[in-house]
Amino acid sequence: MPTVSKGDGMRGLAVFISDIRNCKSKEAEIKRINKELANIRSKFKGDKALDGYSKKKYVCKLLFIFLLGHDIDFGHMEAVNLLSSNKYTEKQIGYLFISVLVNSNSDLIRLINNGIKNDLASRNPTFMNLALHCIANVGSREMAEAFAFEIPSILVAGDTMDSVKQSAALCLLRLNRTSPDLVPMGEWTARVVHLLNDQHLGVVTAATSLITTLAQKSPDDFKTSISLAVARLSRIVTSASIDLQDYTYYFVAAPWLSVKLLRLLQCYPPPEDAALRSRLTECLETILNKAQEPPKSKKVQHSNAKNAVLFEAISLIIHHDSEPTLLVRACNQLGQFLQHRETNLRYLALESMCTLASSEFSHEAVKTHIDTVINALKTERDVSVRQRAVDLLYAMCDRSNAKQIVAEMLSYLETADYSIREEIVLKVAILAEKYAVDYTWYVDTILNLIRVAGDYVSEEVWYRVIQIVINRDDVQGYAAKTVFEALQAPACHENLVKVGGYILGEFGNLIAGDSRSSPLVQFNLLHSKFHLCSVPTRALLLSAYIKFINLFPEVKATIQDVLRSDSQLRNADVELQQRAVEYLKLSCIASTDILATVLEEMPPFPERESSILAKLKKKKGPGKLPDIDDNRRNVNGSSEHSENTDTTSKASAHPFTDILNLNSTPSTGPNLLVDVFSDSSTSASVDVSEDNFSRFVCKNNGVIYENQLLQIGLKSEYRQNLGRIYVFYGNKTSTQFLSFSSFVTTSDILKSQLNVHAKTVDPVIEGGAQVQQILNIECVSDFIDAPVLNIQFRYGGTLQNIAVKLPVMLNKFFQPTEMTSQDFFQRWKQLGAPQQEVQKIFKAQHPMDTDVTKAKILGFGVALLDGVDPNPANFVGAGVIHTKSTQVGCLLRLEPNAQAQMYRLTLRTSRESVSQRLCELLGEQF
Amino acid sequence: MHFLYPMCCFNSLLNLTCQNQNNYIQDHLKSALFDAFCLTADVFNRPLCSLISLFFHFFSSFQMQFMLLFSRQGKLRLQKWYVPLSDKEKKKITRELVQTVLARKPKMCSFLEWRDLKIVYKRYASLYFCCAIEDQDNELITLEIIHRYVELLDKYFGSVCELDIIFNFEKAYFILDEFLLGGEAQETSKKNVLKAIEQADLLQEV
Repeated sequence: MPTVSKGDGMRGLAVFISDIRNCKSKEAEIKRINKELANIRSKFKGDKALDGYSKKKYVCKLLFIFLLGHDIDFGHMEAVNLLSSNKYTEKQIGYLFISVLVNSNSDLIRLINNGIKNDLASRNPTFMNLALHCIANVGSREMAEAFAFEIPSILVAGDTMDSVKQSAALCLLRLNRTSPDLVPMGEWTARVVHLLNDQHLGVVTAATSLITTLAQKSPDDFKTSISLAVARLSRIVTSASIDLQDYTYYFVAAPWLSVKLLRLLQCYPPPEDAALRSRLTECLETILNKAQEPPKSKKVQHSNAKNAVLFEAISLIIHHDSEPTLLVRACNQLGQFLQHRETNLRYLALESMCTLASSEFSHEAVKTHIDTVINALKTERDVSVRQRAVDLLYAMCDRSNAKQIVAEMLSYLETADYSIREEIVLKVAILAEKYAVDYTWYVDTILNLIRVAGDYVSEEVWYRVIQIVINRDDVQGYAAKTVFEALQAPACHENLVKVGGYILGEFGNLIAGDSRSSPLVQFNLLHSKFHLCSVPTRALLLSAYIKFINLFPEVKATIQDVLRSDSQLRNADVELQQRAVEYLKLSCIASTDILATVLEEMPPFPERESSILAKLKKKKGPGKLPDIDDNRRNVNGSSEHSENTDTTSKASAHPFTDILNLNSTPSTGPNLLVDVFSDSSTSASVDVSEDNFSRFVCKNNGVIYENQLLQIGLKSEYRQNLGRIYVFYGNKTSTQFLSFSSFVTTSDILKSQLNVHAKTVDPVIEGGAQVQQILNIECVSDFIDAPVLNIQFRYGGTLQNIAVKLPVMLNKFFQPTEMTSQDFFQRWKQLGAPQQEVQKIFKAQHPMDTDVTKAKILGFGVALLDGVDPNPANFVGAGVIHTKSTQVGCLLRLEPNAQAQMYRLTLRTSRESVSQRLCELLGEQF
Repeated sequence: MHFLYPMCCFNSLLNLTCQNQNNYIQDHLKSALFDAFCLTADVFNRPLCSLISLFFHFFSSFQMQFMLLFSRQGKLRLQKWYVPLSDKEKKKITRELVQTVLARKPKMCSFLEWRDLKIVYKRYASLYFCCAIEDQDNELITLEIIHRYVELLDKYFGSVCELDIIFNFEKAYFILDEFLLGGEAQETSKKNVLKAIEQADLLQEV
C-alpha cells in the first residue's frame, strides 16, 4: 500500500487547510477564505498561463472551500480544462470538481461532454472509468442525451474490462432513473441479463442493480432474469464460505449480491416453473437454516451481513405470500430476534413482523408474540423501537386481542414520548372502534383516552365518539352516565367538556331520573366548566343549554338567567353573543311544540369511513400504514364502520363541522356515502364517464375523473392538427395498484378521423404515487365522437374497470386568426350559403359575465375580435380548424341578451358538419 | 380540492424541469418546485414530510439517496448526493439531519425514520457516517456498506482518522466512487477497490 504523502505534493492545499483549521473564529475563517478566493481569482485571470499542477491545486482549493459550505462562482472553466489534461491526477480533480459542483453553464456542459467523450473513446480503462463515474454522479439530461446510446454498447462489448463494465452498468442505471425516455431498449437488454452469469462477481453485483431497476419498469422484458438469479443465488448460498474469496464478507458469502438478487426476485411473482420454484424455496430454506447455525464469528459485521440476507429473504417470502411453512418459519425467526440483545435486530424484527401480520398465513403466528411486543413497549429505551412496537401491536390487533392491546397502549400513553402521542391516540381510537363488541367499552376507552392524553386527542377523535353514540341507541344512556361521572373530576380536559356538553345536551334526559344527576345538577356541572373553556367549546355549551331547555322545562328559568347575563348577551365574541341572543329569544317566544321540533334529537350520521382512520393515514403518509382492515380480517362485517381502505382525504377535509352548529342537519355529504359503496359496481359493467367532458371544451387542464381510488388529471397541448395529452393517474389509496393498464379506444367512424397513440404505463402504481401517460393525437379530418380511455387495474383482490371519455374535441385543433372588421364581414358574406351557417338560441346556464364569456371563447380556440361588431356587447371570433386533410376557416358571433338571459350563437364555416359540431360544443358552455 | 390536483401542476413544473436544456434554469425550477411543495403543504394542510417524500419519489427510487460524514461537533466532512437537489435543499437536509443524529444516545438503534426516508448511521471514533435509504431498503446491508467504506479508508490511509479525511478529502471521494456508484454497490471486494485506487496512485507518480 502506498503511504499517502499528505496532499500528494499539493503542499499549498495542505497549508491552506491547516490555516482554516487554525482559525479561531468564524470571521477569521471567512477572512482567510476571501483572501484565498482573491488569490485564486487573480491567478486564473493573470497573464501567465498556469501549468496543470497549479490549476489542479487551485481547483482543489475551490472545492474545499465549497465543501466548507461557501458558494463558488468561478473556476468551472479551469476544472473543465483539467479534463483534457493527460495527467491522471489533474483529470481526476477536474472530474471531481464537476461532479460535486454540477455547474450551471450550458456552454460548459458541451465542453464537459466533449471531455467525457474523449475519455470514453480513449480505450484506457482508468480514463473510461473516470468518465463513467462523472456521468453517474451528475446524471444530467444533457449527458443522457449525449451518452445513453453509447454506454449500452460499452457494457455488453466482449472486450470491455470488468471494472469498466461495472461502472457502465451503474452509469446506465443512473441515466435510466433520471431520463428513462432517453435510454433505448434494444438488443443489448438480452445480453445484460446474461451478465448475471458472469465470472466476475463485481460485474454481477453491478449488473443486478441495473437489471432490478429495468425489471421494475418493464418486467416482461426481463423475465429471463428470474431463472438466472435463482441459479446464482443457489450457488452463493450453498457455497462454502471461502469459495468466493474476497467477496466473502466476515464469513458470509457475497452478502451484497445476495441481497440484490433477492431484491430482483421481488419484482416478480413466485416462479411458475415447478423446478425453479422448488429451487428457490430451497435457497430460502437454506438461508433460514443458516440463521439457526452457531455464528462463525463474534463480530457484529458477521451477524449483520448474515441477517441482512435473512431479512431480505423474509421480504421475498412475504412478497410471494404463497408458502405457509416459510411464512411461519420467518415469523418464528423474527420472534427470536424480538428478544435479541442487539437493538438493531429488535427494531428490524418489529418492523418486519408488521408486514407479516397482514398475511393470512402468518397472522396467527405473529399474534403469539404479543407479550414480547408489549414488553418491548414497556422496556425499550429507544423511542424509535417503541414506535415500531406500537405499529406492530396495531397491525396484529384483531377481535381476539383488541381489549388487551388497547389497554396496553392506553397505559403506555401515560408515559409515552410526546412526539408519538398523537399517533397512539389515533391508533387506540381506531382499534377501540373497530373491534368494539360492546360499545360501553368503546365509550370508556375514548373517555380514558381524553383523560390520559387530552391534548393529543384531535377533533376527529371526539367527533367520532359523538357520531357513534348518536348512531347507537343502546349506548346512549351509558354514555350520558359515564360522561356525567367523568365531568365530576375537579380538573377535566376541555375535550371532555366538549363531549360531555354534546352528549348531555342530547341524552341528558336518560339519566335525569336519578336525583344525583337531576337536570339542575347536570346543568350546574356543565356550567361550572364554562368559564374555563375556549370560545368554540363555550359555543357548544350554549347549544347544549338550549337543548336542556327543551329536555327539561324545569331548568328553563335558570338557563334563561344565564343567557340573559351581560357576559353572554354582550359577549365580545360575536358567535357567542349571537347564540346567546338567539337562544334566549327562541326560548322566550317559541311554544313547547316548536321548541321540541327545532331542538329535536340529532338524526343518525351517515355511515362513512372513519375520519380518524383517514387522519392516521394522512399522518403516516401513504403506504406506511399496514392495512388492518382488509377483507381477511373483516370479521364482524357490521356496517358501523365502513371497511374501506382508501384514503379519502375528503373525509377529513370535512370533519363534522356540524357538531358545533346544532342547527344544520348532520348529513353533510350523502354523496360521500354513495362514494364509499360505488366502486363495487364498477367492475360489473363499465359506464363511460363523461361527467367532466364538457368542462374541458374551453380548457385543457384539470381533473377529468375521480373516484375514491383513482384520480385522473389531464394536461393537454395542441398545435395545428396535432395534440398531446399528459394523463396523470394518481393512486389515492395507500395500497399498490397492480396490473395497471390504460389504452384508448375509438369508434369505427372515429378511427378514420382521429389517430390516437398511447404510450404504455407502468403496471404498478404505488400507494399515493402518481404516474403519467402520454397520448399523441392527430386529427385527420373533422369528427364528432370522442375517444375513450379505458383503465384497468387490480386493487386489493378486485379488478377495477374505468372508462372515461377523453376531451378531445374538434375545437382543440383551432388556430386563432386575427382579422380586421372589413375582412371579417367579407368572409362572413362569402360563407352565406344556408348549410354553412348554424345558429342556436339558448338560455344562459351561468351568470352572464363578460370576462368569463371572453375567457371561454378564447379557451374555445378562436381569436376574439374587438371592434368588429357594431354592438360592443356582442362577441365575434375567428379561427381555422387544422386537420391533416384540410383546413376549415370558421367565424362565430355570440349575442348575449342580458334582459332575457338568452344567447344567440351563430357559426359560419365552409363545411356543414364542422359548423354543426362547433355550435353544439360551444352552445353548452354559457 | 384534492391534493392530487395541485400535483398535476407540480408535474408540469417537473416536466419543465426534466426537459429543460439549460441547467441553470433547471436548478431554479427545481427549487421553485421544492418551494411549491412547501407552500402546498401549508395550503392543503398536508404534512410536509410526505410531500417531500413525493418529491424524492419523482426523482425516482434510488437505493441510497445520500451519504454524509460529519464530526461530533456537527462539521460536515464529506457529502455525496445520489438525488438531484439544489444547494439550498442540501444544506437544509444536512442541518436537520446532523442535529437529529447528534441528539441520539450511544446505545440507541442505528436506524431511524426521518421524513419518509430511513436513516442508517454509525459512529466511528469522532466521525458519524450517515446514509439515507428508502422505506423498502435493507438497513443492515447499508450498515455494512458504511463499515466496508470505513475499512477501505482504514486500509488505504493506514488506521484512518478524521484528519486524514479532512486533508485528503479528494481521496475519500475517489475511494467512495470506486465502491459506490449512483447509490449502488459497484465493487464489494476490498482487494479490487484498493487495487483500482492503487493503480491510480501509480499513475500519478509518473
